[in-house]
Formats: sequence, structure tokens, C-alpha cells
Amino acid sequence: MRQFISVFLVVMLIGCSQAPKPTLYQQLGGEPGIAAITDGLLLAIEQDERIVHHFADTDIERFRRLLAEQLCQLSGGPCEYTGGTMQQSHTGFNITLADYDALVENLINVMQQQNIAISAQNALLALLAPMYKDITYR
Amino acid sequence: MLMRRLFITLCVLGSFNSMANSRIIATGGATSIEGSAGGGIVPWAVINSYASSDEWGATAFVSQVGVNDFTLKVLGASASYDNRWEWSIARQTFKLDSIGGELRQDIVGVKYHVAGELLYTTLPQLSVGLHYKKHRDFALPQAVGARDDSGVDLYFAASKVLFDHLAGRNVLLNGTLRATKANQTGLLGFGSASDNDYHLVFEGSAAVLLNYNVAIGIEFKQKPDALDFATEQHWRDVFVAWFINKQVSVVAGYADLGSIAGFTEQQGYYLSIEGAW
Repeated sequence: MRQFISVFLVVMLIGCSQAPKPTLYQQLGGEPGIAAITDGLLLAIEQDERIVHHFADTDIERFRRLLAEQLCQLSGGPCEYTGGTMQQSHTGFNITLADYDALVENLINVMQQQNIAISAQNALLALLAPMYKDITYR
Repeated sequence: MLMRRLFITLCVLGSFNSMANSRIIATGGATSIEGSAGGGIVPWAVINSYASSDEWGATAFVSQVGVNDFTLKVLGASASYDNRWEWSIARQTFKLDSIGGELRQDIVGVKYHVAGELLYTTLPQLSVGLHYKKHRDFALPQAVGARDDSGVDLYFAASKVLFDHLAGRNVLLNGTLRATKANQTGLLGFGSASDNDYHLVFEGSAAVLLNYNVAIGIEFKQKPDALDFATEQHWRDVFVAWFINKQVSVVAGYADLGSIAGFTEQQGYYLSIEGAW
């Protein structure tokens, strides 16, 4: 049993010894990378009948600009998010857990399609996941 | 009979539009040998299938654990609703490869997700659950000192996924507290002449998600030792889980079940295949 735990620990430790990484913003591809994520997500939402109805009255151009700003700022890029708080902008939409799951799944699919490193994907999800409490059931 | 009822239930569920399976892949975990969503031997706080809020889901699974002198086969299924409720059934067949014969046990489980969201809240996902276990071949457990042919386990589980936690990978941690009278999880009955008390035991799992589809992990399961005729020991395993897609997942592992009914150092493979709808 001890050797199994040792193997497990070694596997877990692989990667800990790498050189300093570029910022998350850079790992996401900088401005063009975030623009591609934003556009990919908008396309995915448009094709997702589970959640597309929430965007029926959304100004898509404005949403696209704000989402890109937000992802840029969150990931440490040279941007300032100029939109409202997550609470303000989602109140009245009654976004459910299922809606939130669907959006996260779409984001993951888009990041996978763009071959973003799994560690960068996870780092972005770590920043977005806590917004759940401000976005859902409002 | 149990199985036929189950398949009818699955067919009915299959016709619901609300089976959208919105949850993220791998968040339903695998199915433990007791039929609950979890690891291989530990029930987790996660709810089986990918049903999110207001959605129905279902799973069916078959598992096999082969150690030196015994083989455990498990067949079972579950239904879940709202990422909140999980109802499960499982039939265990424990083959006594060296002694001859087999012992069967049925387990009906229910789990309720109380608070927290596995992925999205600082608070871990918290669930409470119970297993009603009924032994079907009690003569042998009774002969070695077991008091009852049925028992109820109660458990409280906390599960949390930590994003970007270890070498850029997501980590799942689970801790479970269980109150039980079961000997060898019920395969050797419940309680004994000298010990009819509930025992509070700890069970834990830790897994690293290498990507969205593959996780490697370890588990530990503390067990009581109520029977006088033979020592019972804690269980451990290491596993690799492959979530091929949201419909099919496979888990392979290596289990160390310690001493069982006087047969020491019981170690061997663990295999499980699950379908989810």
C-alpha cells in the first residue's frame, strides 16, 4: 500500500518544479485570446436552448465588450471593467444553478476548442466560480 | 423484481424533458459499492448523475472487487432530482472464493444535499444520507456471531472541488462521518452479542482531476470491529476514474481490504462501469 501512496504523491508533485509562468492574461492569449473566448461563448450561448432565453433582451455588443473587459481585468490584463456589479446586472433574471452550470460548461468547451492550457482554464474558473452567489437566484 | 421495477422507473425518467444533465462532467462522481454517488468505497456529498436544479437524472452501475479470497459483485442504480435528492438501490454478491458459497446483501439508500455547491461556494457541498441494508444469506454471519440481518447506516458528507489547487489541477476533497453497526459493511451482518452500539467512523477521499475527464485518487474507510471471531480492519484504495463522456464512466483501482473473516491481507482490483442519463 505504501508504494501506491508514494506513486500517487510523485504524480501529484510533477509540475511543481516548473519555471515561473506567464500571467493568466497571457496564458489566455492576451487581447485576441480573450476576444476569441468572448465570441466563442456568445456563439455557444446563442446555440444553447437551455439558457439563450435569458439573453433575449440583452444588448449583445455591450455584453460582449463588458465580458471581455471583465475577463481581461480578472486575469490581470491592462483593462478596467466598466460594467455594474454581478448582483446588479443579474437581478430579475432568476438565473438557476442549471443555468450557471450550462454557462460554465459552454465556457469550458470554448476554452478547450482554443487549446488553452488546463491550468489556465482552472485558474480562470477559480476566479469565476465564486461569482455564483452574486449571479444566481436574484 | 427490484431490477424490473428499476428499469420501468428508468424508462419513465427517460421520457422527461427535464433530464437536461446540465452539471459539469465528473461532478456526479462514481458510484460506491453501496450504490451512492462517491468514490469506490466512500459515499460523497455529491448527487449521482448530472441533474442540476429542477432536472431529473438516473444512473446504473456494475462494480467488481476481487481480492485474494473473495470477490464482491455489485449491481445497482439511482435516480436523482434537483441536484438535491438521490435514491439508490444496490445488490451486493460476496463470493467466498476460498471457503465456497456466497453472501448477498441489498442496500437502499437516500441522500439529501443540504447546503453548499461542490464547485461554486466556499462552503463545501454538505449532504446527509442513509443506507438501509438487508442481508439475504444470514445463516453464515449469524454463525460467526452477528446479531442482526439488517441495519441502517447514517452519514454526513462534505465534498469540495478546489480549482487550480495542485500543479494547476483541480482537487476534490471529501470527508464522511458515518454511524454504523455493520460488520464488513454489512456483508457479515450487524452488531454482535457483545456489541450492539452504533460506531462513529470516518471516511475520506482525495482526488486530483488531471483534466475534465480523468481523475486519480485515494480513499480511506474506517471500520468498526464488533465481531469476536475475526479481526476487521480499515479499507483503503487508489483509483483512476475516466469520465468518457456524461453517459459513461469507468473506474479502475487497487483496494486493500485488510483482514476479512480470518483471511488476512486481502488486496486486489476494483473495477466499476457506470451509465448516467
